[in-house]
This record gives sequence, structure tokens and C-alpha cells, in this order.
Amino acid sequence: MKQLFSFIRKEFHHILRDKTTVMILLLMPVIQIVLFGFALSQEVKDTKVVVLANTSDDATRRIIDRVDASEYFDVAVVAHNSNDIDAAFRDGKAKLAMVFEDHFSENLKHIGKAHIQLIADATDPNAATSFMFYASNIITNYQQELSPTQTNSGLIMPEVKMLYNPQMKSAFNFVPGVLGMIMILICAMMTSIAIVREKEMGTMEILLVSPMRPIYTILSKIAPYFVLSVINFATIMLLSVFILKVPIAGSFISLLTVSLLYIFVALSLGLLISTLTSSQLAAMLISGMGLMIPVMLLSGMIFPVENMPAFLRFLSNFVPARWYIDAVKTIMIKGLGISSVLKDVGVLVLMGTVLVTISLKKFKVRLE
Amino acid sequence: MDTVIKVENLTKRFGDFTAVDNISFEVKRGEIFGFLGANGAGKTTAMRMLCGLSIPTEGKGTVAGYDIFRQPELVKKSIGYMSQKFSLYEDLKVWENLELFGGIYGMSDKDIKIKTDELMVRLNFEEERDHLVKSLPLGFKQKLAFSVSIFHHPQVVFLDEPTGGVDPITRRRFWEMIYDATASGITVFVTTHYMDEAEYCDRVSIMVDGRIEALDSPSNLKKTYIAKNMDEVFQQLARKSTRKAD
Amino acid sequence: MNISDNNPQTAIHCESVSKKYGKILALKNISFDVKQGEIFGIIGPDGAGKTTLFRILTTLILADSGIASVDGFDVVADYKEIRNRVGYMPGRFSLYQDLTVEENLEFFATVFNTTIDENYELIKDIYIQIEPFKKRRAGKLSGGMKQKLALSCALIHKPSVLFLDEPTTGVDPVSRKEFWGMLQKLREQGITILVSTPYMDEASLCDRIALIQNGQFLRIDTPENIVGQFADILWAAKSDNMHKLLEDLRNDEQVKSSFAFGNSIHVTVENGQLTVDSLKKYLIERGHNNIEIQSIEPTIEDCFMELSNTQI
Repeated sequence: MKQLFSFIRKEFHHILRDKTTVMILLLMPVIQIVLFGFALSQEVKDTKVVVLANTSDDATRRIIDRVDASEYFDVAVVAHNSNDIDAAFRDGKAKLAMVFEDHFSENLKHIGKAHIQLIADATDPNAATSFMFYASNIITNYQQELSPTQTNSGLIMPEVKMLYNPQMKSAFNFVPGVLGMIMILICAMMTSIAIVREKEMGTMEILLVSPMRPIYTILSKIAPYFVLSVINFATIMLLSVFILKVPIAGSFISLLTVSLLYIFVALSLGLLISTLTSSQLAAMLISGMGLMIPVMLLSGMIFPVENMPAFLRFLSNFVPARWYIDAVKTIMIKGLGISSVLKDVGVLVLMGTVLVTISLKKFKVRLE
Repeated sequence: MDTVIKVENLTKRFGDFTAVDNISFEVKRGEIFGFLGANGAGKTTAMRMLCGLSIPTEGKGTVAGYDIFRQPELVKKSIGYMSQKFSLYEDLKVWENLELFGGIYGMSDKDIKIKTDELMVRLNFEEERDHLVKSLPLGFKQKLAFSVSIFHHPQVVFLDEPTGGVDPITRRRFWEMIYDATASGITVFVTTHYMDEAEYCDRVSIMVDGRIEALDSPSNLKKTYIAKNMDEVFQQLARKSTRKAD
Repeated sequence: MNISDNNPQTAIHCESVSKKYGKILALKNISFDVKQGEIFGIIGPDGAGKTTLFRILTTLILADSGIASVDGFDVVADYKEIRNRVGYMPGRFSLYQDLTVEENLEFFATVFNTTIDENYELIKDIYIQIEPFKKRRAGKLSGGMKQKLALSCALIHKPSVLFLDEPTTGVDPVSRKEFWGMLQKLREQGITILVSTPYMDEASLCDRIALIQNGQFLRIDTPENIVGQFADILWAAKSDNMHKLLEDLRNDEQVKSSFAFGNSIHVTVENGQLTVDSLKKYLIERGHNNIEIQSIEPTIEDCFMELSNTQI
């Protein structure tokens, strides 16, 4: 046991003495969150709106005026038929369309309910959800002023429709995405580099020609990056709750459990890479090309998995981040319990077990 | 005989530490100049300054007539360099290495071709011309690396422990190549840990703690220090070192 | 499997060991024994197969054929046992450059389940020289210091057999002499040492040596016996023009070989072929002045060159 602790202490020395790398590893999540957050807050101001109201009446006018007056919107186009709306979207003249049904005001008064359709260009799902939320708010406010006491009469029925991205990812997509990416980067890339560095330095030779058990070598290489990942997890959580105001809707314990499981999968991936490569550069390229790009493109972080061509969707099944990001969204954003992510958890457990078994089997007790 | 390397009061400090401490010497054209010293005596630092890779803190020096401080680019064009880690690209073929280095030193294509053909014949390398360097035996690589370093016929060639780890016969053949190079007018500046090789030099300097403690021909050095070979001279001088851990 | 039970005095036993890398035969049929408490030198140039042999004996790689044992333990079957009892210093500096001298030593002590205090006596003479710098990072040490630290780390668990792969390569002559002094002291403490080196002049410091070239042993014996078996007559020749002297000697068909050796040229002549006087006469005819030719005792380097010449 003393062997192990002394080995772990040595690993911490290596990491803490390389100040630049530590700073990069600790600041990376902060920078990513800030960058994504900044990009997001820019999107929702003065969103261009196209309106289609065949019957121009009192209620439609009032709603349109309110939307136009809001800081979030700018009514840019008045359409005469649905073709105009399509054109406005295509030409980028509008991101949101409001379609009032015929005889809107009359229906509201006489039948007690009226329909309004909100159509969003959801290519940027984060922005779309935000402005959709604001638009619904404006309508609800108008309705409450109209009949502050009677809730039954004068009901406006907004009907929401997303274009281009119908399944509509929830807002703050990027928090789970950044989590998924940072963990892979730190656990897989840094762990594999740390092990391969011993091979390159020649110290692996001495360790092999010693009674040190290979499992100790592995555990102590993993330990510091496990700690770093937990710190990064905490940083991202704090930033998202306090700066981005994305609350953790579900149970924090469930979120933590899923994250630890994902860290385990990423560490085993790092181990596997280290057994397959013998230079730091190769380890870096494999984790860079082989992990980062699939995580960014196939995990649903940027492009929704549901919209991918069948082949890519099939490939995405093998990207651990896909399952992790899905689980985090379900728990953190949708607020559902761990029972709703059993499939994700199951897949991650399976991946981790397979990876760890292969890499332990492949870890060499000799040089070749 | 004119002077090819001239160094006056050259000093290099890193913070408080004086790596090279006020050294002065001259090397004549066509000379083999042995530059000896224990590990950490300041040999590498001094050699880097002479090659225009490092700026001296104090003092001045000229190599091939160019100022090492003000004209490092011209210095680099007039010198050749070979270190114990072969300065060749292992994944290029023999002729590709020659073409590359010839090109780097601005030789014309025609010149490169003629000299390559001529070199292949002289080294008896014609069959290996299209082989990758990494497939060559160590002795071959050594000869090739030296030939590459003098391919552009520099005025001075710097050899940094060129014979480390080579078998005794190849080592001697290598020195015979050095003699041939000096016969064609190239000046040789060489470091080595083999003391028998110090005997092959025209003059030898021995550095101790950043200073040149002795500089003379091997036979004069042996007389001065009443030693039967260069190893004894070196041991006597290097033991004076007070610089321990650097 | 305890192969050399019948001979408890054998620390290393190697029988017909061969190893190939692709098409290149790195070791050809190597057999030798090292007695307990012996300094055994493997002497030969880079690329001769020294490191491959060391890696096989330290259980780092597997031989293609042949058997080998260290301290009576088979290098394949009992590799774990061997790893507990040998010390190994690989060819290049293999310590943690970003850890201090003390941290490196402590780390290797715990790796081998021991402490610095437990075996301090063994490393004391060596470690005491670097102890003033124990808070310094290993990467900032000089070549000689690094070598002492590496040796201390390899010795910290009091190994019974010490494997030193080219410990003096690239080290200046003064540090080399010091290092060999340390090895003599270790031998007095009963540690068996297998050491490799490309420096032929270090051969005389070993009890027995094996000369190695192209993966084959040219000869295994004590340095004295190897020198004694030198077959030819050896002369040292000098004149005022050494470069021309070498050329002229090479042109004499009765001279078997001639190579520069320090300030003279070593000339080998087959028995009865040529006399000193007739060679002198030949050289005077070629215009040499101040000719000196004397019969000399061969060095290990002369022997190596003679053996490798006949080998090729």
C-alpha cells in the first residue's frame, strides 16, 4: 500500500510542477463555459419576427405591438400567406413567425379561445428556445391582463412549432456538452500521455524491472486526473448554476453518480490508448482525432443525434459522450430521476467494463 | 596560415552562473583543434556561441571572418556541424539527405549532383545511394553524417563528440576522413571523450570550470605536465575543478 | 525452475540466447556465465546487441530461443522473482527529471518496498557526494551527478545482481574513473555486476569480459588472457609525418593492418613475415625521418580490432 501512495504522491508532483499545463486544465472549462454563454446571450436580442394575420383586429394588433415593443423582438416582415413566411425564413429575414388564426379576436371573445402558431427557426436550438420562451411570456401576459380573474374565458392557445430542428434540444445544451468534452480531454488524453511519457523517458523500464505491480502503476497514473476531473466538474456546476443561472433541476447525487461513471469510462479509454502507443505525440493525436472530434460531432453536443443520417446515428452509439450528455440533460435540465436514464447508465457501465478489461489485458509486463 | 576562428575574452553568463569565463584563442586554417573538457566545463556553451546559436554576454569572436554576435547568419553559412546524434534524416534516402543539405546551404542542383556522384564513389556507397539512412549500419551513418557536414565545403566544421559509441576500426577510419578534410583546406573543431583522439589533433585546449586551463600541441602538453599520454594530462587538469553540481 | 541449482556460485547463466528484430539478428547464440561477486564487462560498439542482452536478462524482453537465468531464476518463468532482486540502470538517464534528488531516491526505495535508511550503508559513499544537492531537481544535475544518483537508485534495495547498461557513455574521463572506483567498492560488498561499455580502456577494470560485435561474442575471458592470446606481432611506429606514415604502411603488403593509436601507429605483422629493420629501411626509402618502431604489448582495443577483422 505504501508503494501505491508514494507513487500517487509522485504523480501529483509531476502535475503540480508543470504549472502551465495545470492552469490550462483548470481554466479550460471556465473559458469554454464563458465562451458558449457569451455567444448565447448575444442571440436573443432583437430577434426578427414575421407575422401573418389574415384578419386584422384589435387583439392581433395589440399582441403584435407588444412583441415589437419588447427588447427581444423586432417585427420585420408582415406576411400575406404562408409562402411569405417560408421566404422570410429562407432569406434569413426572420427567426420567428407568429401566425394568427382567422377571426382571432372574435374567436377569443365568442368561443373563449383562439389559436396562435409560433414557428421558430431552430437551427440554433439554444437561441430558439430562449426567444420562444419570451414570446410565450408576452402572450400569457396579454391574456392575464385581458381577464385577470376569469381564467376560463379568453384563452389563447399558442401552438409551438420548430423548423429545421423539430426535436428541439433544450436550452443550455452546451453545459452537458462541455462536461462531456472536458472529461474526455482530461481523463483520456492526459492519462494516456502520462503513461506514455514514462515509456518515452525510459523510466518505464526501471518500473518494470521492479516489484511494482502494474495495477499500482495504472491506479496512480489515474488518481491525479480523477481528482482534476472532479474539480472541473465542480467548476462547471458552479459556473452554470451561479453565472449562467441554469439550475440543477434533478437530483445532484444522480448527476454526480452519472458523472463519476463517465469519468471512469474516459479513464479506461486513456489507459487503452496508452497501451497502444509509445510516443506522447501519438497518444495526443489519437485522443485528439479519435476522441475529441467524435465527441464534438457525434455526441449531440452541436448537432442533434436525431437529425443525423442513419449511418452517423449508428456511429454515435459508440461515443460515450452521447450517452453521458443525454443523461446529464435528462437529470440536470429536465429534472428527471435516475430511473429515466437507466439506458444511458447501462451503456456507460458496459463500455467502461469492456474498456478496462481490454486495457488491463493489454498492459504489458515487458517492453514489447 | 590565416586565422579562421578568433575568440577574445568570450564570456557567457546564465544569471549568477558563469558558464564560459573569459576565454581567448585562435584557430588557424587547416588545423585540427581539439576542444576538451569534463561534462559541464562549458564546452557546449562555447561551441554554441561559435556557431552563432547563442549570444555572448561579453567579449567578441569571429568565425570564418564573420562576427559571431553581429553576423550569425553569415557564420552559419560558412560552417558545418555534426553531433554524436547523427544530424541526418533517418527516413530519407542517402542521396535525399545530401540533396536536402546541399539545398539548405544554397548549392546549385548541378553542383549537388556532381558532388553526390563523386562522394558515392569515394565512400564506396554507390549501392546504398537509394537506401533509407535508418537501414544503414552505424559506421556508414557516421561517415555519411560527416560527409554531409562538409558537403558544402565550409571553412570550419564543428564536430561534437562525433565518435561516441563507435567500434574501434570505424573510429579510426573516421579520423582518417577528418585528415582528408583538412588536406582540402577545411578547419576542424572537435570535442571528444576519447583521450587517444586528442593525440590526433594539432592543438588541444582543455576547459575547466568555464576557463581554458591549457592550450598547446599534444606533445608540448605532455612535456609540460610530465605525462605519458593525454589522458594523464586531462586527469591532472580536470581534477582541479571546483564546479561540482552543474 | 531453478536451473543452476547444481552451481550456486553462478549469478547469471545464459545459454544459446538469440533474438531477432524483424530480419535483423540482434543476438546470435550467446552463452556465458557470470560468477557471484564478479564484475563482468560486455564490451563492444553501439548496435552490437548489448542493450538487447541486458533487456533479456532483466526480463524486459523475451529471447527468441535459448535459456537464461539470474540468481538461479529463469528470466521467463520467474520474472517476478528476478525483478525483486536485481538492480538495473538503463542506457540513458532514466530518472524523473522534475523530481528532486531526494524524491527520486525515496520513490525508488518505496517501489522496492524498502527505505533509504535501511540500506543507507550501501549507497553512502556514492550518495554522500550528491547529498548537498538533494533538494535540486534531477534534470538540473551535471552528467556525473546524474550518474551517481541513478546508481544510488539502482542500489537502494541492495540488489544481488546489478545490471549497468553503458553507465559511462558520454561521461568525461575523470567521472568515468570515479565511477569505476565505485564499482570496485560494490564488488567488495559481494554484489555481482554486469556492465556494458563501448570504451575499450575500461576492460582492464573488469574481472572478466566478453567482446561483442554484430550480436556475437568474439571472445570471453579475463582481460589478461585475451591480451595474451593476441596472435600477431604488434609494433608501435612513429615518424615526423604521421599521416603519410599511415599511408605508406598500408601500402606495404607485408603489413597486416595499421591504425592510428594516440600518438603512434599500431602495426600488426604476421609471425616471421617482416622485421623491424626491414620495415625501417622501407620507410626511410619513402622519405620518413625520425622513425621509431618498437615492439609493444597489445591493448584490449588491439585485440578487439584483430578479432573483429577476422570476423568480418
